Amino acid sequence: MANELVLSLRSLSKRFGDVVANDAVSIDLYRGEVLSLLGENGAGKTTLMNMLFGHYMPDSGSVEVADSDGTLRPLQLGHPQAALEAGIGMVHQHFTLAENLTAIDNILLGSESLWSLRRNRGAARRKVQGIIERSGLAAPLDELVGNLTVGERQRVEILKALYRDARILVLDEPTAVLTPQEADALFDNIGAMTRDGLSVIFISHKLREVLAFSDRIAVLRHGRKVGEIATAEADERIIARMMVGADTEATARAAMQAGDPVLELENIAVKGKSARDSLHRVSLTVRAHEIVGIAGVSGNGQTALARLVSGLTRPDGGEMRVDGRRVTKFDPQTLLKAGIGRIPEDRHHDGVVGAMSVAENMVIERLDADDVQKHGFLRKAAIRAHAQELAAAYDVRGPGVDAEARLLSGGNMQKLILARVFECAPRLILANQPTRGLDLGAANEVGRRLLEARARGAGVLLISEDLDEVLALADRIVVIHDGRLIAADTTDREAIGLMMAGEHA
Amino acid sequence: MIRIEPRSSVPPVLKYGVPVLSALIALALAAIPLLLAGADLVEAYGKMFTGVFGSMFSFTEMLTRATPLIFTGLAAALAFRAKLWNIGAEGQLYLGALAAAAIGTGLIDAPGFVLVPLILIAGAAAGAAGMAAPAYLKTRFGADEVVTTLLLNFIILIFLQMMLEGPLKDPMGMGWPQSAPILDQGMLPQLLPRMRVHWGLILALVAAVIAQIMLGRSVWGFRLRAVGENAAAALHAGIGVRRTIMSAAIVSGALAGLAGVSEVAGLKGYLTADLSPGFGYTGIVVAMLAGLSPLGVVAAALFIASVFVGADSMSRAIGVSSYLADLVVSMSLISVLIGGFIARYKIGFGTPAKGGA
Repeated sequence: MANELVLSLRSLSKRFGDVVANDAVSIDLYRGEVLSLLGENGAGKTTLMNMLFGHYMPDSGSVEVADSDGTLRPLQLGHPQAALEAGIGMVHQHFTLAENLTAIDNILLGSESLWSLRRNRGAARRKVQGIIERSGLAAPLDELVGNLTVGERQRVEILKALYRDARILVLDEPTAVLTPQEADALFDNIGAMTRDGLSVIFISHKLREVLAFSDRIAVLRHGRKVGEIATAEADERIIARMMVGADTEATARAAMQAGDPVLELENIAVKGKSARDSLHRVSLTVRAHEIVGIAGVSGNGQTALARLVSGLTRPDGGEMRVDGRRVTKFDPQTLLKAGIGRIPEDRHHDGVVGAMSVAENMVIERLDADDVQKHGFLRKAAIRAHAQELAAAYDVRGPGVDAEARLLSGGNMQKLILARVFECAPRLILANQPTRGLDLGAANEVGRRLLEARARGAGVLLISEDLDEVLALADRIVVIHDGRLIAADTTDREAIGLMMAGEHA
Repeated sequence: MIRIEPRSSVPPVLKYGVPVLSALIALALAAIPLLLAGADLVEAYGKMFTGVFGSMFSFTEMLTRATPLIFTGLAAALAFRAKLWNIGAEGQLYLGALAAAAIGTGLIDAPGFVLVPLILIAGAAAGAAGMAAPAYLKTRFGADEVVTTLLLNFIILIFLQMMLEGPLKDPMGMGWPQSAPILDQGMLPQLLPRMRVHWGLILALVAAVIAQIMLGRSVWGFRLRAVGENAAAALHAGIGVRRTIMSAAIVSGALAGLAGVSEVAGLKGYLTADLSPGFGYTGIVVAMLAGLSPLGVVAAALFIASVFVGADSMSRAIGVSSYLADLVVSMSLISVLIGGFIARYKIGFGTPAKGGA
């Protein structure tokens, strides 16, 4: 069973304009194994999977998939339906479930004929139950998906794929939204399923998980497969070197005495649309020379906290002080001027205006400054020259400062935002998921810059769902759960994980 | 099987070529109804051409027709750049015309150098007010401006008819629903003797140049573009999104109002309820054809005006309905929309395109 080939990607290539997204990538997958697909952002993982699923048409190359008898047959490319019929299932990072239907309806949805008068629910349900028993993917089948936890929703997604007789399962960053405990449960389930003959392609950024749970690791860099290694022979250093092409230095951090408070929240309440989008009388202090990390599973009030500190939401109660001065007017402009620099969570949506130039995006937060405008007119030459300096200083690579910002890769876009924020020498930096979707190199750069700001005397409020990142950067960790903040007096992963799940250790 | 993929950037050849090509295709497609009507194509297109470029008079007639289209095209282009869908330029045009008639027909008797600027300011202000109201409803309550501006057009038109039957009615007008004539010194002077083309054209061209400079080089234009392209990021960056939308609305409405002023005080000399044959709506086509660029609006307005004037004279000469002009204008909008799509996306058939773009 060990050497039975179930999927073979042969020399797949794809270009978008001048960008080579995949260059002759070949990957084999065997029955019952977990293959990790690792790579920096923009390395081509998503493009590769989109070709496998028929969303993109490769420029060249082919795919072969084993049928139920184990015979390899060519997969018709460019047809999502063909991939489904060949037994390939995918669980996307963003779930594709209907919240107003029950879990079982979501699982059956789309796999039944539109015209059958009576639904054969009994048999279908037995089949789902059977899968649950074998895999351990427990989910309340008759509950509306809207009421399920994120972990349960993910299990429903996986069940949906297995119900369609998937023999190959692709998981796109499955642990991004899970607590460490939920992630461990997921890996237990994957173990049970692979023993049952399922093959799994596991896309992840988190080296720790990849090392712990996969059998084999394939690394993509700049659209090429640069290495493949059995997990037993790998360690973090080897993989990191493969991913970025060089050794990455662990971010060195000096001990530092925290100074005066730069941000104080006192009994702040925010009533959001849902309980998960609210803050319940939270208090928090961030001091100069200090990075405070907010750890938590997404959807526990991080958005409300970030919007508050950005000036996009006004509190319904409590007091916020910046540099000791009480904030009375909550709008982005006021808080920017008060010295809060923001690295927004969704850089495409909130961080840059994609259709405007890199140079314009670099000055968008300080249009009133004298070096940007004179009598209401833009000093284009000065803006351009300044942007070139900044791009060089922050290593923003791309088609130049006059090109549209949307053409930048994720990492370079984030460097643009870093340049913009740091240039204003903010008192407080709100870094919301600052490394999400970034490659290792760019992520290290972000960490380095945040530590640099801390050394300069700024306070940093780091909101991240990546506990490893919080552990690596923060001087102090505060756990956010259900709109409440709990100071974590420990750096123990297990204990913090329990707090993230709402259990007081 | 058709495959559609976004391009990473739009090459300049397509950016400028697509509108020109769209216009030409629309013009060429007019051959179909012409053939169906039994016209001689060479003669028809010939008459259309000489109808515009055949004499000084016909050329200036085209410029006269282009004048309100430049104003309404600019009104649409600036608003659309801020993703503010002002469909109400027609109504704002009439508000501007109403204001011009209200103060220009004898309410104030002042010398021309006072009265003309007053009329212009009043007309622009009235148009601005006409767009500020729906923009306020949008920023304050989220009312869809497409609906509000469109419906306001009809309300304004009925209001206009009421005024023309009431306070503004010309006592010497033999009962016709029209205003008294604008005082002589309140009229925009003619540019050339015996031609109808007037100073409104110069104003429109100046407005286009100013709009181009403001949009590309001023902080205001920067804010407007940022809000239009990504309001969430603009808000995040501390740009006053509501204020920017309001200011875009006011400028857009003012420009549409000036279209009305220029028709009343530059061309007709009095106000009637059929002052505009849909200049407000045609302005949207002009703006789209121009790719929302102010200077492009001038070129697009000249093209559309040529089609109207040329088709008019062709229809008189060979007896084909002048509705043909509307057809060409509509088809050029459709062509430019399709063309814009082709410019932004790469479209392949059957097997995928090999290699790069």
